[in-house]
Amino acid sequence: MGDKADVWQGTLALMVLKTIEALGPLHGYGIARRIEQTSGNLLSLNYGTLYPALLKLEQEGSIASEWGVSENNRKAKFYKLTRAGRKQLQNETRNWEQTTAILARFLSPSEDPA
Amino acid sequence: MLRAWMLRLAGMLPNAERERELADEIEGHLQMHIDDNIRRGMTPELARRDAILKLGGVESTKQAYRERRTVPFLENLLRDVRFAIRQLRKNPGFTSTAIVMLALGMCASVAIFAFVDAALIKPLPYRNPARLVGVYENVPLIQCPQCPLSYPDYLDWKKLNTVFSSLDAYEHTGASLSTPTGAQPASGARVTDGFFRTLGVTPVLGRDFYAGEDLPSAPRAVILSYAVWQQRYGGKADILGRTVTLNGAPNTVIGVLPREFHFAPAEPAEFWTTLHAASECDLRRSCHSLLGVARLKDGVSVQTALANVTSIAQQLEKQYPENRGQGAGLITLSEAISGNIRPILLLLLSGAGLLLLIASVNVASLLLVRSESRKREIAVRSALGAGRGRLVSQFVTEGLVLVAAGSALGLVSAVWVMQLLTRLIPANMLARMSFLDDLGLNVRVVAFAGVIALVAAVLFSLTPTLHFSLSETRGALAEGSRGSAGNTWRRLGSKLVVLELATAMVLLVGAGLLGRSLYRLLHVDIGLRPDRLITMFVAAPDANYGKDVQAIALERQVVSRIESLPGVKSVGISSDLPVNGWGDTTWLRILGRPWHGEHNEMPERDVSSGYFTTLGATLLGGRYFTEAEDASKPRVAIINQAFVRQYFPGEDAIGKQLSFLSDPPKPIEIVGIVEDIKEGPLDTTNRPVLYIPFNQSAGNYFNVVVRTLQSGPSLLPTVAATIHQIDPGIVTGGETTMSALINESAYLHRSSAWLVGGFAALALLLGVVGLYGVVAYSVSQRTREIGVRMALGAQRSSVYRLILKEAGWLTAVGIAVGLACAVAAATLMRGLLFGVRSWDVPTLAAVAAVLAVAALLASYIPARRAASISPVEALRAE
Repeated sequence: MGDKADVWQGTLALMVLKTIEALGPLHGYGIARRIEQTSGNLLSLNYGTLYPALLKLEQEGSIASEWGVSENNRKAKFYKLTRAGRKQLQNETRNWEQTTAILARFLSPSEDPA
Repeated sequence: MLRAWMLRLAGMLPNAERERELADEIEGHLQMHIDDNIRRGMTPELARRDAILKLGGVESTKQAYRERRTVPFLENLLRDVRFAIRQLRKNPGFTSTAIVMLALGMCASVAIFAFVDAALIKPLPYRNPARLVGVYENVPLIQCPQCPLSYPDYLDWKKLNTVFSSLDAYEHTGASLSTPTGAQPASGARVTDGFFRTLGVTPVLGRDFYAGEDLPSAPRAVILSYAVWQQRYGGKADILGRTVTLNGAPNTVIGVLPREFHFAPAEPAEFWTTLHAASECDLRRSCHSLLGVARLKDGVSVQTALANVTSIAQQLEKQYPENRGQGAGLITLSEAISGNIRPILLLLLSGAGLLLLIASVNVASLLLVRSESRKREIAVRSALGAGRGRLVSQFVTEGLVLVAAGSALGLVSAVWVMQLLTRLIPANMLARMSFLDDLGLNVRVVAFAGVIALVAAVLFSLTPTLHFSLSETRGALAEGSRGSAGNTWRRLGSKLVVLELATAMVLLVGAGLLGRSLYRLLHVDIGLRPDRLITMFVAAPDANYGKDVQAIALERQVVSRIESLPGVKSVGISSDLPVNGWGDTTWLRILGRPWHGEHNEMPERDVSSGYFTTLGATLLGGRYFTEAEDASKPRVAIINQAFVRQYFPGEDAIGKQLSFLSDPPKPIEIVGIVEDIKEGPLDTTNRPVLYIPFNQSAGNYFNVVVRTLQSGPSLLPTVAATIHQIDPGIVTGGETTMSALINESAYLHRSSAWLVGGFAALALLLGVVGLYGVVAYSVSQRTREIGVRMALGAQRSSVYRLILKEAGWLTAVGIAVGLACAVAAATLMRGLLFGVRSWDVPTLAAVAAVLAVAALLASYIPARRAASISPVEALRAE
């Protein structure tokens, strides 16, 4: 559990931010479902881990929340991106792209055998 | 980031609304999920089950959320503190004992440390005080290593030395202050012009003395102490330039000293005047009245300086016959100010430290017993998933809570004890220890308390942790509270008890020796009967009583008026009171023997004809003075036994002739010999003393000694009023009883004996409680074993023997170790003992017996419990 969870912490925040950016204000359940769907159901997300992550982002000022009513009339807390959150998303996206690009080079079959 | 932490800290406050919101949010989440699931065709039950499963549990989600909301470490700490307090409250006996013991140790050490700090650590309120030294003459003949200088010697030393950047002199004086309602006694000091500049002290108001302002030709100026400025003059700034009449002479107020200024060797001193060296004594090289204070030049050590002034003293010895046998003495000023009480303070600090040690050891062993009996609880908690870290942190928290409570209580009571102790010091002794003025909790004292608390906290959280690590928790759960750890603890506990008993032994021996010293001191033969003797000093103004005839007339009037008071048996007059000191000396030679300027110096007392009978002295030969013996009659003297021993061994001294150092010699005939009267401190040996009739050597400053018929002190105001009736311009003061004077002389011995005695009593109590704890615990652990023994036919007496043997063994080892340590400790403090050797066998034996009996009593209670164990129940238990 331990090591994997650590990796997840970072990426989960990025996924949450991206999801909210894409869909606009959204409740926790919606975010969870969306992440699962986007991953093509490859990710099996423990929904419970989402809430501490949301709280962390809110404490850091990247997202803000307010109570609202869901599409099927359930009371739910909706999270939306703040301006700081938008900036953070940009930064983290860039970082992530860089990381994956570097990793991709390492992992791709060597083109230059010399 | 910071914002997040602030929010998390804020999140620690309990908040019902947040909790409700969290519950609502999770509930909403579940409902939406359930709706979706039902839409996908699940049954409602399955839908809910799946939703909860997918969430990963409602409670664990909430907990993860809460931990993110707050600071888990602090949250745990708070919970631990709350839990610790609850645990401690559940066991009030243990808790209050531990806290009280800790507070006791803390209180004693902190209170004593505050005195040590005020007297020895706190820097003196002068500029660069480490460079200041006290300058004295060293006169081995009269055993006076720190004797005053004469004014001519002071001037020579000042001129000739090459080691001081400045040298000044001072003298404590009594003074009479003229007020509209008559003369009042006041205290003062005469100083040379540069005195305050040498110390590096500047008046808060007005100015310092000018150079040359101490010469007889200069107008008289006075600087006030801060206290007298506030009390007598209301702290008003217009005091400058006003005139204060001291000893009949007008002085202009030119300044006020800072509030924090003190200079114990000259105090109490309200009025600081300049020397104006013009009196007969000031001009005579053999009249020693001034103490020196000097600032060392940069780079000059005390030794170098001493060598320099010693060579000056040697030079003066050659030059002036009256300087023979006079060397030089030099000590640091801090030594001069508080050197005399340093050994006693250090002794008391050690005593308090030992008490603290016993108290801490006791609390530690209590904690051990407690963690032993909590093994089961701990095993359960760890089986339920409490991590090792959490368990340890729980112990640490409990230790911290105990230490915090004990320290707080100890600190508060220390402040109270400090005030109590200061109030127990006689007022005029306190006035001479002006460095104690701002005694209290300062940074150093609080830091000292903090260090103690820190060490205690480490000790008290380590003890149970260590114990916890030693024991196997799993085993404990399985087999209850018996096992190898019980033995481990018993061994450790026994060692702690031996330590406690040994420490108690050291303190008891210390107290015993000091107590015996005090007893010896108070029972020293002082050559007089102190009961129902009252005394006071009389200071008559020089203008009206300066001539011998006037002084004699006054003395006769004082004696006859007081003698006629109801309740008075007899009255005597003396220039100095007994037990006060060996000072006020004179020089003489014995006529009829070759004399080459030998240094024969001894105290001289000018006494009235009724003095010896009033004191209750014992006449060994010859006669007392008669009232008729005045300047018109042949000069006579009475000497004491020590005088006879030193100067007339194996001879009849009566009828021999002495002379002061005059040219030509004027013969004084010895007419009587008295048994030695202790003129100096109780712990000094008797020295030769010369008694001269008051009427042949009169003075206008003298002491009245009155023997009363009933209890004395009530007559003091009447006697004072009677003297004031003669002339309101006469000042009286120092009203006291002879017994009080004697007690005061033994004050340091008395206070150290009582304080160490108090520490020792507490140490005995704590040590015995500790022993009781160990034995009682051992009995509780061995209930089953004792049950088996008794079932197999062991007699009650053999059970007693079993338990008492264990206790007896511990006590014996404790006493043996304590004995060795006590003799070593007593050797260190032998300087404080009087008439008792550090290995005083009766004291050691008595202390060992007391400790043994107390230990036997303490172990008898658990032994009886063991003997009354019912074998059936013991075997059935558990």
